[in-house]
Amino acid sequence: MLSKRIIICLDVREGKTTKGVRFKRNVDIGDPVAMAKEYYEQGVDELVFYDITASSDDRKILIDVVDRVAQNIFIPFSVGGGVRDLTDMYRVLDAGAEKISINTAAVLNPGLISEGARYFGNQCIVLGMDAKGVEKSEAIPSGYEIWINGGRTATGIDALAWAKEAEDRGAGEICLNSIDADGTNEGYELTLTSLISEAVSIPVIASGGAGKPEHLRDVFVKAGADAALIASMVHYGDYTVSQIKSYLSGEGIPVREFV
Amino acid sequence: MSGMISIIDYQAGNLRSVRRALLHLGVPCRITNKPLEILSSERVIFPGVGAAGKAMETIQSLELDEVIREVVTSGTPFLGICLGAQIILEKSEEGDTDCLNLIPGRVRRFPGSTFKIPHMGWNTLEIKQKHPILDGIDEKAQYYFVHSYYAEPARDEDVIATTEYGIQFASIIGRDNIVATQFHLEKSGRQGLSILENFSKWDGWAG
Repeated sequence: MLSKRIIICLDVREGKTTKGVRFKRNVDIGDPVAMAKEYYEQGVDELVFYDITASSDDRKILIDVVDRVAQNIFIPFSVGGGVRDLTDMYRVLDAGAEKISINTAAVLNPGLISEGARYFGNQCIVLGMDAKGVEKSEAIPSGYEIWINGGRTATGIDALAWAKEAEDRGAGEICLNSIDADGTNEGYELTLTSLISEAVSIPVIASGGAGKPEHLRDVFVKAGADAALIASMVHYGDYTVSQIKSYLSGEGIPVREFV
Repeated sequence: MSGMISIIDYQAGNLRSVRRALLHLGVPCRITNKPLEILSSERVIFPGVGAAGKAMETIQSLELDEVIREVVTSGTPFLGICLGAQIILEKSEEGDTDCLNLIPGRVRRFPGSTFKIPHMGWNTLEIKQKHPILDGIDEKAQYYFVHSYYAEPARDEDVIATTEYGIQFASIIGRDNIVATQFHLEKSGRQGLSILENFSKWDGWAG
């Protein structure tokens, strides 16, 4: 049976991870390659590197990080942030990433989803979506609106309609981040997640709000997510990947046992 | 002994990932589309991601189909991965494509139902027959899959392992010196690397 995936997100700026991290073992804190290796050895199913830099010099550093990660870990990983065109996509994939996550660039130029899927294959293109709850209206019938530029700019686009359009355009997967839940550690946005997950036939990764293993159980069981993104709950040393997996396994949820 | 492995270059997406994994294992390898290099290597890997039709077009335009046939006939150990495990059959439903016909059978699309397509993520194997590339492998191990189509060999004896995703499908197939995995060995963690390492020592005898 297909396992539910646990994906760890690492924010990278100028070649370093930005959140403080506590590992029990002696890991070079702030080095994304060392952290990726540590999580790989803990049995995480997948990784996401989110580039929060701006300048083109920093992009080169990120490509170097991707290249070094690819030489050291042998599980899928994706890269998001700052990917604007096919050339950016090619560089990231060529350096060894499995998938590219596009968010703002896809909203500004939806053709990028179709082009990326055609050139590199649907499985390479992850649509990142930042959604925020609003009052239902004619323009936003689902009650969730898409925001871009790292959650700073509202677009007036309905989240449900956008998810379906991205699927039609060839996105292989959706990474759905709830702006309302993000950073709260109080659990994923279940209503939003099940709304999108039921509407599309591609896998949905739930993101934003994970603070404890019960939150992952809820988003898998109640909201039908295919994968769950986590960050601070492991970065700050509160839980290890294997603790989370053994909890989920005990709850009857299929996870990849690390052997 | 691990001799030189040629990874057949037909512009498929995961060539470099396969090479990285082999380099990590210390196995000598090269990415090549030169017939002489491919034919003179000790083992051959046929990777691939993408669409069957376009892959077959590229293979034919580079005249690699005859080279692959020669490799297989000569008894050289041959490993297909993902798309490389599909286009070794006779025909694929993906774009109604005629394939290499090294193993009798067809490639079918997953039935659209309550299961999402592609089948993406980690899944287990049910081993149907022993094979040297599975030596020392933990039965509980999971492997990384990304695909919308699956191989359906005509003969049960060509199925080495199956995986469940709505249906039971063949996730490792093989015959004589050919073996092929639908999942990505190069992205399946330690256990995937172990299978690659077993292949790098395999003499091509299935028994």
